[in-house]
Order: sequence, then structure tokens, then C-alpha cells
Amino acid sequence: MLSDVTFLPLLVSVALMLLPGRFPERAYLWVWITTAAVDLALVIALWAGFDSQGGVQYEQRVRWIPGAGVSYHVGVDGLSLPLLALTCVLFLAVAVYSLRESSRVRPYVCLFLFLQTASLGLFVALDLILFFVFFDLSIVGMFFVIAGWGHGERARAAALKFFLYTFIGSLALLLGFIGLYLAADPHTFDIVDLTRTNPLAGHGVYASLVLLAIGVGLAVKTPAVPFHTWLPPAHTEAPAAGSAILAAVLLKMGTYGFVRIAMPLLPGSWRHYGLAIVIVGVVSVVYGALVALAQTDFKRMIAYTSVNHMGYIILAVGAAGALAGTDAQARSLAVTGAVTQMVSHGLITGALFLLAGVLYDRGQTYEIDAYSGLAAHAPRFAAATGVAAFASLGIPGFSGFIAEFQIFTGSLASQAVATGIAVTGILITAALFLRALRAMLLGAPRLPQSVHTTGFGDLKGREAVSSIALLALALVIGIAPRWLLDVIEPASRTVTGLVAR
Amino acid sequence: MNENLAALIPELALLGAAVIGLLAGSWLPRRRQWVVAVLATAACTAGLVATSITMATGREQTVFSNAFAVDTATNAGRLTVLGALLLVITMSVETVRGHKRETEYWVLLLLAGAGTLALLGANDLLMLFAAYLLASIPAYALVAFAKDDSGTEAALKYYLMGALLGTTMLAGIALFYGAGQSTLYRELRHALPEAPYGLVAVALVAVLAGLLFKAGAVPAHFWVPDVTDGAPAPVAAYVTTLPKIGALIAGYRLLHQALPDSDVNWPLLLAVLAAVTMTLGNLAAFFQTSVKRLLAYSTISQVGYLLMALAVATRTDLAQQSLLFYLAAYAATNLGAFAVVTALPTARHLDDYRCLARRHPGLAAVLVVCLLGLVGTPPTGVFLGKLEIFSAAVDGGYTWLAVLAVANTVASLFYYLRWLAPLFTSTEPAPAPAQAVPGRWAAATAYTAGILALGLGIAGGAVLPLGYGDLLP
Repeated sequence: MLSDVTFLPLLVSVALMLLPGRFPERAYLWVWITTAAVDLALVIALWAGFDSQGGVQYEQRVRWIPGAGVSYHVGVDGLSLPLLALTCVLFLAVAVYSLRESSRVRPYVCLFLFLQTASLGLFVALDLILFFVFFDLSIVGMFFVIAGWGHGERARAAALKFFLYTFIGSLALLLGFIGLYLAADPHTFDIVDLTRTNPLAGHGVYASLVLLAIGVGLAVKTPAVPFHTWLPPAHTEAPAAGSAILAAVLLKMGTYGFVRIAMPLLPGSWRHYGLAIVIVGVVSVVYGALVALAQTDFKRMIAYTSVNHMGYIILAVGAAGALAGTDAQARSLAVTGAVTQMVSHGLITGALFLLAGVLYDRGQTYEIDAYSGLAAHAPRFAAATGVAAFASLGIPGFSGFIAEFQIFTGSLASQAVATGIAVTGILITAALFLRALRAMLLGAPRLPQSVHTTGFGDLKGREAVSSIALLALALVIGIAPRWLLDVIEPASRTVTGLVAR
Repeated sequence: MNENLAALIPELALLGAAVIGLLAGSWLPRRRQWVVAVLATAACTAGLVATSITMATGREQTVFSNAFAVDTATNAGRLTVLGALLLVITMSVETVRGHKRETEYWVLLLLAGAGTLALLGANDLLMLFAAYLLASIPAYALVAFAKDDSGTEAALKYYLMGALLGTTMLAGIALFYGAGQSTLYRELRHALPEAPYGLVAVALVAVLAGLLFKAGAVPAHFWVPDVTDGAPAPVAAYVTTLPKIGALIAGYRLLHQALPDSDVNWPLLLAVLAAVTMTLGNLAAFFQTSVKRLLAYSTISQVGYLLMALAVATRTDLAQQSLLFYLAAYAATNLGAFAVVTALPTARHLDDYRCLARRHPGLAAVLVVCLLGLVGTPPTGVFLGKLEIFSAAVDGGYTWLAVLAVANTVASLFYYLRWLAPLFTSTEPAPAPAQAVPGRWAAATAYTAGILALGLGIAGGAVLPLGYGDLLP
């Protein structure tokens, strides 16, 4: 069942590539939408049959490369199921959003289907090498999205930078995985086995180095300061659909890696370096927000707020380690908040990037100063952007508030100072979003030179459906989060239990 | 004494086909000389079948006074070499079809292949040297096959370096004999620990010189770019793939069987050689604009990764299987890239590959798989090979070398992407004649090699165990 969900997009992609003849371009897009919808339906079915107290479910384990200790091992638990659903929702939204795409449609659709398999595969992988395979494939897929459909020559430079940075990270990750593999007896890459045996317990320096390698690899992908420099150009130059997937799904691979691999497999080192991780998180929060404040480009600004939002997650997982041995409930709350934040950030930032794409589509620029009084021209666009911005800065009623509230409450117990500093991040984000909204949406109507003749068209059907659906889901989670938290909480209790070993 | 000729069927099949082909070629009309190619293919297939039977029935043995070992490493190497030879034969079809020396081409290919096979099982220093000569001399002639300026210059350079380092190797063998009173590895193994340290060290360095030349590793790498650039593309594919397989397995056997207990610190020597080779190959590849020169430096860097397995030959059980698997994956991947170069004979520079993805999506796909494969992106075969070899290096106590190899992998990404990026550009495509495809055989080889390069990674579980098993003394 899990393998079906994972490989369905890839199968469709291969079929589309191999099919001879030319179909109308719209046909490819409708195939894509159908596939994404079916995949989402399958994940909903998985969720319906999921027992939140039951640990890892839908497990499948097949011998793959037994000689190297690698197996095809997949399964979902409360940490991965929400991300699996998030991935499917986002890809469906992006598919709907891309309905009018006209540039080289077949490879575009195939590439996104391929990316969907890579993302889903990563979240269900229970083997380090399987995880790594999908991790790298996602980089390859996104490289081609940015290089092929980005904004011209600069896009290729940004794509190269993105590839080099995240690939370096992935290789550091690989070294860490090899370190884990060699420490286990018998040698294995299986996450479940490694979690159970905890092979690096009491290995001092060796375990620290492995955590360093894995931590750096995941931090690059997350991205955490100081490894974030690839993110702004990649986001700015990517097409809207690519940015949405990159921010909403691909960034989660890093943070998901922390809760799936780094915490349960290296509990001793995680506790030991918990404070350092907290500091990295806080720096990311404040620095990301401050740099976002300084941006004049709307899309770049959103990109930097991702650094800030990912920082909260790192703060929470770091605090869960630093607190170990004290208040179990607080630690569990922090991890739950971290996972909720992954989902929440995916939905809200995905919507923001899609809306930024609409802005570029109309005005050919992301410069905040180029626009003024858009609310008069395009009330629906203005409303959606406003809602997304408020959701992103953590206003109660949206998922971001639930997530950040849990993170701060969970972390405050031991890391009072750090959490206090991190809270200022919310203030700065509020300031920068309000400033951008006022400048762009309110005031005297003014548009860039390029749109004088046509006017600024309001949200069209596909644009409205995709972005508003994401925001609606964020609203649902914000108002009635129990159904989500019920799934996450048992899993985060398990993780914090493992870290406390 | 075991003189079982049946153990040598693959080698004898290639030699026999070479002799019969040479005789038949003298009488065949020019347009029928393809018969010799069919004969060569049949010989390779027979060798593959014989090797499979040997492996399936477990008939491992040493023959002729233990001078030649038929064991795990030999068999795995034979499969790789013969498979690679088949790919080289099919990708050469268009290049030499109707050529007035077509027969000679196939015969030289067969003879050099037989020499490479002989390197695999050499369990005796003199056997090793004989195999070295048999593998080298036909290759010199092949490089000059086109008889043009660049080919002749390349052949001369190749020959001079080969002769110089071959002589050095022979001197090293004499020193080994002086130190251990024998040329058989099994006897050297016991004699060398008592021999003078300096003598063994110098002898080892001299013998390694010859093997490093065959493998194209630093400091004996100077011929690689010139030969790759000057020779016809299929020959370039040949000299950057097959001799490496022979030399590295021969080197592994020498270190593992003859010098395990010696005081000479050869693991460190090999580790340094590996580090220098991969780094230098990568740095030199950075700004190449000729695809063949770029591939040439890429093959040098790949030898660096492979030498890591030799450095930890006696320190970890992972070394042997990682070496054998990486060699197979490297052969498929490298030949895939060269097959694309062969299929596009007029596209000599990176710029000539602009917009290839739209004109020839199949070839572009092979190039993506093979170049990303050479980087080590999953799920290709080289990725699994690198995973194994990095694990072996860490397990063998050379973590710094694994870290350096990772850094090098990242660096290598830069020049492989420089080649990949133009494939997908939509602006200013290269002129159509630059991407003319001469025929089906080279393209078919590219597809086969691309599938193999990917398949070895996905089905690695089935292939990897072929590398298990002890070497026979």
C-alpha cells in the first residue's frame, strides 16, 4: 500500500515519457492532477486506517542489497503520516495551479511527478540508504525544475548553487550514515534496528562526529543559519510551483531527518549537544527574521521567513534534547509542536509562494515598491495574500499559532532565555509582513510599467482554488487541531522517550 | 601440478578468436570483415558462459604451479572485462565498418582483452609481467589506429610511458626475487617479512609503477588525456576502462596475497596515491571544454576512489567486494558516457551538446544517468560502489580518506554539471550537424550501458555477493 502511494507518480511519469505521439498539453496536466488526486485519496485512506497508538504501521520490508546491509524498508508513524499527507496536498495544489503552464509541458509534468515520488519515498523510508536515495533524487529533480523553468540565465546559476550546497550536505549525511552502519553489529542501515540497538551509546568522540556529519547534512537542507545561503537565490529564481514545493516539502526533509534519524539514533550526543542545537535554532529564528525585514523583493522576503520558521523547529528539537531527564511532557510538547510547524509552514508558505507567482505573472517583478494599492485592482488576491501573511506570522486561528504555541511552551521549561529571544522573531515577522502588506495592497493604486495596458487581473479560478485550499486547511488545523495532534503526540512521546535513553 | 586448461577457457577463447580472426581476415573481402566482429562477440559470450559455469559449480582452483588463480576476484573481473569488451565491440561497429584494417582492429581488441584477463588472475610476478605486456602492446597499436597526427602522437606517448614503466616494473620484479627468492605470491608472503625493508619497499614501488600506468593513476597518468583525446572514441573508451579493471585487481591481489605481513607501510602509500589521484583528476577536469578530455580526467579521479579499496585491502573484509562491485559499475557507467560520445562523433565540445535533450532524448537520458552516476548519485551502480568503498575506507581506519573522497565527489559535480546543463538549454541550440548520429549500434550500446549503470544500483543486492569469497594463494 505504501509503495503504491510512493511509486504511483513515478509510474505515471514513466508512462507519460514513454507514450509515443503528442497529446494536447492540457491532457498531460489533467493526467497530473488526476494522479495527484488519486495519491491524496490513497493517503487519506491510509490515515483512516491508521491507529495513532500503534507505532510504525503499513510496514513493508524486502531484501534489497543484503550484502551492504540495505533493505527496502518502508512504514509510517505519527511523525511521517502528516508529512505524507502534506506532500500529497501540496503536489495536488501545485498541479491545479500549473493548469495554464505552456512551456514544455510534458517534461514539466514528468519532473513534478518524479519529485512527488522522491518526497513521498523519503518520508516513508525506514532505511538510511533508502532515505538517502530519495534525498538525493529530490535534489536532482529540483535542480532541473529551477534550471529548466526558472527565470533565465540567473536561474541556472541559482540551480547550480542549490545543487552544490545541498549535495555537499547530502554527502556529509552519507558519511554520518556510514558511521552508524559501521558501529552497528551486525552492520545495517535499518533505522528501526539502529533505533533499537543504539549502537553509538558511549562512543564519545566517534558519536559526536557522526552527529556532526548528520547534523550538518540536515541543517543545509533545512536550512539553518549559517547554511542557508543557497535558499534565497533558489527560491527567487525558481518558478512559482517549484518554490512552493521547495519550501513546503523539500525543506521538511531536513527537519524530518532530525526527528526521524538524528534524535532516536544518536540520543546520547543529541542530549549532550542539545544546547548548541538550541542556539543554532535561535540564531536562525532571529537572523532569518531580521534579514527578511531588510528585503525589498517580496519572494526573497518569504524565502527568508522560511529560515525563521525552520528555526523554531530546530529550537524545539534542540530543547527536547537539552531538557532530557526533566519534564517529559514539555519535551513531548516541543516535538509535537515541531512536527505541527512542519505541516503548518508547508501549507502557509506554499500558499504564499503561489500567490507570489500570481504577482510575478501579472507584473513581471517581485519588487515590493513597484506595487501599491493592489487591493483596489484585485480584491481577491489582496484578501488571500493578507490572510496568508497573517497566518504566516502566527495569528491565532491558523495552524502556525498552534505549532508555535506548542514549541514555545515546550521549550520554555528549560531554555527560558533562548525561547525568550526566539519569541522576538514573531514580532519581527509581524512587522515585515505588515509593512509589505501596507506597501503593496493599500494606498494609492500604482502598478509597474509593464502592466499599464492590461491592468492587474484578479485571482483566476485555478490560482484561487490552489492557494485558498491550502489556507483553508491551515485554518482547519488552527481551529480544530485535535485530529492532527492525536496522530503526532504518541509518536513524539516515543521520540522523546528514545532521546532520554 | 594442476594443468587444467579448462580453467582458462575465457582467456583461450579470446586468444583463439584472435588467431582465427587474423587468418580469416586475410582472405575475407573488405565488406565481409564484420565476420571477425561476430567471432569476437562469440568468443566474449563463450567466456562469459564459461565463467558463469565456473562460478555456479564452484570450480575455483590455481593452475600451472599456482601461477594463475581462478577465484572470486578473477571470476568477477572476467565478467566485468568480458561484458565491457562486448560493449566496446558494439560501440565500435560504425567507427570501423568497411575500414581497410577492420580485421586488425577486432584482433587487437581481442588480444588486449586477453591480456587484461591474464592480469586478473596473475598469482606470480612473471605472470603479472607477461600479462602486462599482452595487455599493453595491442593497446598502443589501437590508439594509433586512425593514423592521424593526434592519434600517432598519443600512441607514441602511450608507448614510451608504457615501455619506461614496464621496464621499471621488471626491475621491481627482479628486486622482489632478490628479496624473497621467488616470484610466486604464496612464497613471497612468507619470505618478505624477513627481507630487508628498503629492498621490499623499492621493489613494491617499482612494480606498482607499472600497475599505476595501466590504471591511469597519478603519477603515471600523463598519457590518459592525450590518448583519450587522440584515439578514436571507442578506443578511448577501451583504454580508460578495461586496463583499469585488470590493473586494479592485479594490484589488489599482489598487496593482499604477497605483502600482508610485510613491514612496508603500503596502506599509507596507496592511501596517499588515492588521495592525490582523485584530487588531481578532479581539479584538472574543472575547466575542460573538450568532452573527451573531460572524461579522461574524470576517469583519473575515478581511479583515485578505486585505489581506496587497495589501501585497505588487508584491513577490512569490505575492501574486496567494494572494489569488484565498483569496477563493474564504473565500467558500465564510463562506457555509457563514451558510447554517447561515439554516437555523436561531430560533437567534440561541451557547447555542441546544447539542446541535445530535445533532439535525442534517449542519448541525453543516458548521459544524465551516466554522468550523475559517475558523481555517485543514487540509485546508480557507482553510488552503491562508492557507498561500499567509503565504508571500507572508514572501516579500515582511513576516515580522512573517505572525507577527502566526499569532498572530491562534491567538486566533481561541478564539471559533470557543466556538461549536463547545456543538454537542457532551450535558447540557442547547437547546429544540427554537430549532433548527427551515425548509426544504431553506438546508440544501442549507450542505452544498454545506461540501463546497466542504473540496474547495477537497483539490483545491487544480486550482484554484490559475487564479490564474496577468499582469494586463492
